[in-house]
Amino acid sequence: MEIDFIHKQSAHCESGVISNLLRFHGLKFDEPMIFGIGSGLFFTYLPFVRLNGIPVASYRVWPGHIFKRFAKRVGIEIERQKFSTPGAAMLELDRMLGKGQPVGMLTSVFYLDYLPAAYRFHFNAHNIIVFGKENGRYLVSDPVMEHATDISAENLTRARFAKGIPEPSGRMYYPKNVSDNFDLEKAIWAGIRQTSDDMTRIPVLLVGTKGMHYLSTRLRKWPERLGNRKAILWLGNLIRMQEEIGTGGAGFRFIYAAFLDQASAVLKNEDLFAASKNLTKSGDQLRDFAYYAGRVCKNRQSDTKSFAELADMLDQCAQEERRIFSELYALSKSK
Amino acid sequence: MNQDNVPQDKENLNEGKLAKLYYATDENGHYVKVNSVGWEPETVAMQQAWEIVDNDVEEARKKVVQGKASPVLYFMKKNIMTVPMLARYVGTIGLRVRLHMLPFFFTRLSRKTKEKYAFTFRITVEELIDQERLK
Repeated sequence: MEIDFIHKQSAHCESGVISNLLRFHGLKFDEPMIFGIGSGLFFTYLPFVRLNGIPVASYRVWPGHIFKRFAKRVGIEIERQKFSTPGAAMLELDRMLGKGQPVGMLTSVFYLDYLPAAYRFHFNAHNIIVFGKENGRYLVSDPVMEHATDISAENLTRARFAKGIPEPSGRMYYPKNVSDNFDLEKAIWAGIRQTSDDMTRIPVLLVGTKGMHYLSTRLRKWPERLGNRKAILWLGNLIRMQEEIGTGGAGFRFIYAAFLDQASAVLKNEDLFAASKNLTKSGDQLRDFAYYAGRVCKNRQSDTKSFAELADMLDQCAQEERRIFSELYALSKSK
Repeated sequence: MNQDNVPQDKENLNEGKLAKLYYATDENGHYVKVNSVGWEPETVAMQQAWEIVDNDVEEARKKVVQGKASPVLYFMKKNIMTVPMLARYVGTIGLRVRLHMLPFFFTRLSRKTKEKYAFTFRITVEELIDQERLK
């Protein structure tokens, strides 16, 4: 069985899955629009939460939140299911496919063998859509891939029941009630308000632009605090969080700038386009940061001077973004 | 980022399977979608992450060959797992997994438990206990 399904590539998996699923149900949303309305952009640095001994830095909101916020603001109902056994999960998937319903699901990247081996770490919150079954293989629309692909039933089962943090537990979802009866303008402003509020106004040192500034002060001390090897390691991890697959470059800043660009066209608001241009500039600076950080990692020399320079670059981005999102907050408040 | 500046570094780890989507600007500052085959800083960071994994695997292999650890340690490192994660996969607690990494306890494991490990590592029980292959 194969469902007539159009796959389109996107930069980020969560917004991409929503975009592809909604297109099937007759709603046309481009990926940046979903990322923006779902308030996907964020920053957190959590020095006390370590993954493999490296502190967590994230350039976006927690997995699942974009979906939740977007569904709320646009008023679509999502049916979600989770399962205790792989057998039940696969049976239910087959049943939904039989009904002609493409299904979004959470998987672990480790078992998705169509991805290049280098990307396959244990990241357990990757979203894909399954839209058919042919000769025992499932047809997969993975938003980060250029084309639709397929996967064996065994690997898909393993991917859906991966263990660790978080555990997908066979979670799957599909839109139940889709109506085009919503106020797009209101949804866009609600998305902008939340992101700009989160980025500038949460009184916690570790989140938003304050978090970026805090990270820059910590980064400065890494070489003397951690020694050469570890400092390089932590810096490399920071680049991966910012530039690896799913980020669309510059830690999601370019996707968000694309959203502001599209929103300005929809709402005919020139201020949003100006903000988009500024965010593009700030995103370019983050790319420069990653570029120089990559150089430092490649040469394996963590001298204090280069780390101080990197810290300055990051701090500059923090200040820049603080200005951009403060303006956006004022703008969204006046609407 | 201008669409002409989207990096296309040939030296990448994508095996030709992947060209990621980027959002980049046209000459007026409006966004368009551009594919990119790779970017050096990202490749460097990824190589670095894999180097650590490879080192860990090699270290584990030596330990197993020297008889200081059981193959469970080697295959755990090879599958980039951690002890708590592996414990969840085989349905037990971390302490027991740690014990199973010692040859003394590993050789006394039941066939059923070994099968659980083998299933998790996607190998057969014979491959799991065959230490000759690690030399």
